[in-house]
Amino acid sequence: MSRPLPIAYAFDEEAAGFGAPQGTPGAPSAGAPLAWVALVAVALGVLSFAAQLAGAPHAGTWLGLLSGLPLAFAASAVYFWLGLQGTTPGIKHDGIFFGSMTARGTLAWFAGLGLTAFYVVLYWLPGAGAIANMQAGEGAPAQAKLWLLRWTSALFERAIGSLDPLALALSGKDADRWFLYGTLYTLAVLAFGVRMLMKYRHVRYQIVRTLSVMFFQLGFGFLIPQVLKAFRYPEYYFTYFWPLKYDYLFPSSVTGLWNTPGGVGVFMVVWGLVATFVATPVLTYFFGKRWYCSWVCGCGGLAETLGDPYRQLSSKSTRAWKVERWLIHSVLVFIVVTTAAVWLTRGTHSPLAAGLQKWYGFLIGAAFSGVIGVGFYPLMGSRVWCRFGCPMAAVLGVFQRCFSRFRITTNGGQCMSCGNCSTYCEMGIDVRAYAEKGENVVRASCVGCGVCAAVCPRGVLKLENGPTHADRFAGAENPVQTFLASLTQGPKVP
Amino acid sequence: MHVVIVGNGVAGFTAALRLRELDPACRITMISGESTYPYSRPALMYVFMGHMRYQETKPFEDRVWAEQRIELVRAWVTRIDTEGKRLELHEGQPLSYDKLLLATGSQPSLYGWPGQDLPGVQGLYSLMDLHALYQNVQGAKHAVIVGGGLIGIELAEMLHSQGVHVTFLVREDAYWSNVLPAEESAMVTRLIREAGIDLRLSSELAEIHAGPDGRAAAVTTKAGERIECQLVGLTAGVSPNTQLCQGTPIEAGRGILVDAHLQTKVPDVYAAGDCAEIVTEGEGKNLLQQVWYTGKLQGECVAKTLAGQATRYDAGLWYNSAKFLDLEYQTYGLVHAQPQAVETHGWWEHASGRLGLRVVAMDGAVTGFNAMGLRLRHRTCERWILERRSPGYVLEHLAEAGFDPEFTRRYEPEVVATLAAQLGVEATV
Ligand SMILES: Cc1cc2nc3c(=O)[nH]c(=O)nc-3n(C[C@H](O)[C@H](O)[C@H](O)COP(=O)(O)OP(=O)(O)OC[C@H]3O[C@@H](n4cnc5c(N)ncnc54)[C@H](O)[C@@H]3O)c2cc1C
Ligand code: SF4
Ligand code: SF4
Repeated sequence: MSRPLPIAYAFDEEAAGFGAPQGTPGAPSAGAPLAWVALVAVALGVLSFAAQLAGAPHAGTWLGLLSGLPLAFAASAVYFWLGLQGTTPGIKHDGIFFGSMTARGTLAWFAGLGLTAFYVVLYWLPGAGAIANMQAGEGAPAQAKLWLLRWTSALFERAIGSLDPLALALSGKDADRWFLYGTLYTLAVLAFGVRMLMKYRHVRYQIVRTLSVMFFQLGFGFLIPQVLKAFRYPEYYFTYFWPLKYDYLFPSSVTGLWNTPGGVGVFMVVWGLVATFVATPVLTYFFGKRWYCSWVCGCGGLAETLGDPYRQLSSKSTRAWKVERWLIHSVLVFIVVTTAAVWLTRGTHSPLAAGLQKWYGFLIGAAFSGVIGVGFYPLMGSRVWCRFGCPMAAVLGVFQRCFSRFRITTNGGQCMSCGNCSTYCEMGIDVRAYAEKGENVVRASCVGCGVCAAVCPRGVLKLENGPTHADRFAGAENPVQTFLASLTQGPKVP
Repeated sequence: MHVVIVGNGVAGFTAALRLRELDPACRITMISGESTYPYSRPALMYVFMGHMRYQETKPFEDRVWAEQRIELVRAWVTRIDTEGKRLELHEGQPLSYDKLLLATGSQPSLYGWPGQDLPGVQGLYSLMDLHALYQNVQGAKHAVIVGGGLIGIELAEMLHSQGVHVTFLVREDAYWSNVLPAEESAMVTRLIREAGIDLRLSSELAEIHAGPDGRAAAVTTKAGERIECQLVGLTAGVSPNTQLCQGTPIEAGRGILVDAHLQTKVPDVYAAGDCAEIVTEGEGKNLLQQVWYTGKLQGECVAKTLAGQATRYDAGLWYNSAKFLDLEYQTYGLVHAQPQAVETHGWWEHASGRLGLRVVAMDGAVTGFNAMGLRLRHRTCERWILERRSPGYVLEHLAEAGFDPEFTRRYEPEVVATLAAQLGVEATV
């Protein structure tokens, strides 16, 4: 016989929620005994780098360089490796929503502020020479501002200078701020890539994919452009295409490259055109946008490595989905119009085209993709830029949604609506809404990271390149209709 | 027409949403004392372990219910007046209905163990239990869990993730041995122990003892062993919630008795999900299905009947899935824990001891699959079983049923060779 109803129960799960359990012995440590040695090495690397910022004499030498950032990142990689070694292979998400860093706590706000500040300095801090020539205006605020600028600039220049040996070795030139950025970026992708490799060592899709983004960032996103410079070729990134790298198809770049002596520049122009207009549709038709977004792209590479601890922070609401479609397609229109304007007015000094170009660069190229895109990782998740802003993702998304064989199939009736898939979808796709109906997930924004399939405890999701693209046209007669319908599509309630 | 649904679990909310789709006009009210909005019960563990917050376990955005014009009432129904077609709530005005659906789910089974009502002793079924767990776990260093099924291992994993040492008492001589064949059971047993959970087989709870503060402080087993602990989890199965049938003409056995249309003997009163016991005329045992998908199927089915399209419940081919710590498990069709005389079983296990596949055949046709650490395609396995495909055919096409992520190491040649030998068929890949 059933027991009586718990009428006295009056807990408000909506308002009060369930946080971290209190008063328990706490999560057992799974780290290898030597993990702490790696942590000490991280601290040493940070100290050495900080000392160089403060003007220590080993700055600018190989010793200084290697004992600084590279040591800190390499030791972090070792730490991630050892720290996860004691765990059994499998999804390890314990405590993600209790952690200050991973659940928008104080640490996350600090990290967000720090990253944002870094991007602001990177994009907008005037050069050292310009700052040296500045005159402080009247009054304390103006003087404080100048002091702050000078101080930031001094630190920044020392940080850049600490990488000189590497820059000289690769390209024969001193480091500049973009070299600093590229180095940090690559180190982050590599170190956090190791973390991904260890965390997902039971899922080979994740291993292959992570190795791929590490490879493309290190080779095509860092080494090759530098070495090109050493040979006095243009610094060209073979894995960035218009419209993400929008200026690659601007007349200035195209003519500049075209006129580079030797066939290299011509090759680069042709490569860029083929990548944008042939590879993009063809590869996306067969493999979905993932061939680029979660396998090759540098922005995606950072999101999939450094950003992995934050993927659960993307909003899954229908409202966010609406905002996403408005924003990303607007950015695409913006860059198409800008590119067209620049071409149509070339040779003239059109203020309109120049203005468009300038504002696109400022608003989208810097503020959106950098400051917000990466700066907000700890607050809005790892794919803010890729989801809301990237025009390349918009193009790939249109193809994926309307003309591609890629989809995520769901396993019959096995879904029990737990929500792990939606929670860990960095693109904010409510995967569960499809899985619980046994429907394929066909969404413009899906970058094919495969994490939804990895975290599903019931084996419900599988990323697949299907035999045809026929499922795109359900209820529509052609890709255009499919596209228009997809703009207003909402979650289907059973 | 006013349809009132008691219970907002998967059976209740599926019925509500489907009914709204079939009948845009009727008034629908869904009542639950447990939560304001529906959530996914199987996700309870992830809230405690920090994989998700409570919000993430809700399958639908809150606005859906207003949009679908489904009125949600947070209250306990305390009495049904089947004559006056009225429900009494523990607070607030009574509610009249034209049609009533009972989707009241279940609760942890208790077997009259001495001490089962002590503070610090609990089951794991509801938000009430989760809430209690947050209280009971405070200061707990050692917990004893009684009953080796799916909920027991989940509770063990939850407590283990918080560093609480877990002793897991299982009455049978193998883990979940009434469902899992020996090899699967052994694999799970090994992994549970490897994780540091103290799994004790052939151990039956005799009594729970109170400490000086009146809280559970130790248990003794039937073998006379005493285990000190601060928390006791009772997870020996679940029993349907039938409280509301008391004092009404609605009949209850183990669950609320319904016919194939999920209708009780009382006109306009239906039951679905965990709480429903379906009387199968002349087929022997009644059907009591207590998993997520059957709740969903029954909810869909009863919605059609409520909307005027009388529909018989068709349970379809059985399947299920679970996860034991890091080990995924899927089953399709009939896999008896004890191989029947008329069946042949083929079992392949990878050298790592973390992958396994069982294929069961009878009269020249495949009747069931168990997959451990492997993912199989539901619709393919189902089709093969329903089409009565031969073991040879199934083995030769096994790769088609694979549902593991791309790049996963495949073992088909080895699997097929092993299973073919055991099933006594020829098969080459
Ligand atoms: C921890 C756990 C893990 C599980 N994992 C899985 C899994 O992985 N896969 C799977 O298939 N199944 C799983 N199950 C089983 C599955 O959750 C249930 O079969 C399913 O939830 C039953 O749905 P239901 O709608 O019938 O009832 P329930 O979900 O139990 O909903 C009934 C609701 O009615 C409320 N109620 C009852 N009486 C009254 C009343 N008088 N007045 C007001 N409200 C009332 C209850 O409080 C409850 O909220 C799990 C169960 C648990 C407890
Ligand atoms: S698909 Fe998997 S992860 Fe997603 S809700 Fe269903 S069972 Fe959970
Ligand atoms: S739907 Fe899955 S594969 Fe696609 S982006 Fe989201 S988590 Fe990644």
